[in-house]
Amino acid sequence: MIPILPKVLVEYQSEIWESIVESSIMVGFSVLAALLVGLPIGTFLFLCRKGQLLENRLVFSSLNLLVNIIRSFPFLLLVIFMIPFTRFVMGTAIGTAAATLPMMVIAIAHYSRLVEQSLLDVPKGVIQAAVSMGASVKDIIFKFLYVESRSALVLSMTTSTISFISYSTIMGVVGGGGIGDFAIRYGYLQYRTDLMVYIIIIIVIFVQIIQYSGITLARKIDKR
Amino acid sequence: MVSLQNVTKRYGAFKAIQSISLNIKPGEIHGIIGASGAGKSTLLRMMNLLEKPDEGDVIINNKKINHLKGKEIRNIRQSLGMIFQGFHLVGNKTVFDNVAVPLEIAKIAKKNRTERVMESLRFVGLEAYKDKYPRQLSGGQKQRVAIARAIVNNPSVLLCDEPTSSLDPTTTMEILEVLKQINQQLNVTIIIVSHEMEVIRSLSERVTVMEDGQIYEVVEIEPTGVNKSTKGAATFVEQLKSGGDSNPS
Ligand SMILES: Nc1ncnc2c1ncn2[C@@H]1O[C@H](COP(=O)(O)OP(=O)(O)O)[C@@H](O)[C@H]1O
Ligand SMILES: [Mg+2]
Repeated sequence: MIPILPKVLVEYQSEIWESIVESSIMVGFSVLAALLVGLPIGTFLFLCRKGQLLENRLVFSSLNLLVNIIRSFPFLLLVIFMIPFTRFVMGTAIGTAAATLPMMVIAIAHYSRLVEQSLLDVPKGVIQAAVSMGASVKDIIFKFLYVESRSALVLSMTTSTISFISYSTIMGVVGGGGIGDFAIRYGYLQYRTDLMVYIIIIIVIFVQIIQYSGITLARKIDKR
Repeated sequence: MVSLQNVTKRYGAFKAIQSISLNIKPGEIHGIIGASGAGKSTLLRMMNLLEKPDEGDVIINNKKINHLKGKEIRNIRQSLGMIFQGFHLVGNKTVFDNVAVPLEIAKIAKKNRTERVMESLRFVGLEAYKDKYPRQLSGGQKQRVAIARAIVNNPSVLLCDEPTSSLDPTTTMEILEVLKQINQQLNVTIIIVSHEMEVIRSLSERVTVMEDGQIYEVVEIEPTGVNKSTKGAATFVEQLKSGGDSNPS
């Protein structure tokens, strides 16, 4: 591998590795937040919709509005807007760990919306059959909704992860580092266009791998 | 058994069911027939509280259930099986896993589930299909799986909402035969909704005829029995030659 790499990548390899690790931390925690918080929120959002099991107009519209606001916030502004909050929670607003917090917030909003949409594809009749069997809401979520929409949930996570990578590239503004920030600092600010191009290629390869894995997995688990 | 007393159901200002009283006898096959929109499904769905009556009572085994909440309603529903026109199987679960779901919901220990699922599948003749997915099955086979799923928890009553309305005549007769066996061999009370006269006439001992959200009449009949002596093309030919009216709509 190494000998065929362009010299400039070899020259900067320790910095590149470091920034890949930083990106992985930011994206990794975002994925985790999306799964642990975004999935339940998206499910709850779905269940509160009109005609669904926990139908509740007030709860639905409030939560829906909140998700929409976060998602329509220009991300850079969200990061800056959140600085006081980030400082309060993390003790500092600077660095990779601090940058991860706004990433997690956007990740939760992003994925919860996609989860809600994915669950809409579960046939109403299946939910109805579940209710007729005496299933509880918990049963319905885990034995019906997630089972039937699992491919869509995987594809949504794939799409989300790719967005998170894109979001992570601007985290340099709060000292978050990462591969995008590296490309900007060296490739743009120090006129190393070749380096920037190589970094972009690396990012594209990562995105392709994620996209391919996501689609393959989604296809494999879809038995409908 | 199952009894409705002066039940009324409104959708906004529209009365879908207007003060209906109906007693289902233990062990009978009770047909409910009527034109589309007559309120058959709504009436059936009130029996397991998929629809809550706005007025009147739903009584199961001498117990008013319409004011029950949460877990108590779920427990009642676990003792009433239900099948639908659209089967509503979980596409990502195998036949076996689909049938096992009601047992999981009823918190039956895993080691006791397998035998009961297989017994249920044997009853509908689909043992060999246990590892297939619903998309690999025909409509009739899917409905059999849905039936196996509905009876796996030993319900006392089976509610059937247009169970054969998306099936061809031959498959319809096969499904009706399965329902008859469930009634006779497992002693399950069956309430079957259909807009098809042939279906109702072949199984039911009593028939509720509905019109505009009301009972027009309850008729006692001698069921004609399920015709399964002919199969496939022969059935079509026979019905054509006899001026058959298996599907008046
Ligand atoms: N959820 C609903 N909201 C509004 N109207 C409904 C709803 N469900 C049924 N209806 C109306 O109630 C009437 C009876 O419906 P249904 O019981 O499904 O009739 P059937 O099963 O006899 O065809 C119909 O006019 C139908 O449009
Ligand atoms: Mg109907």
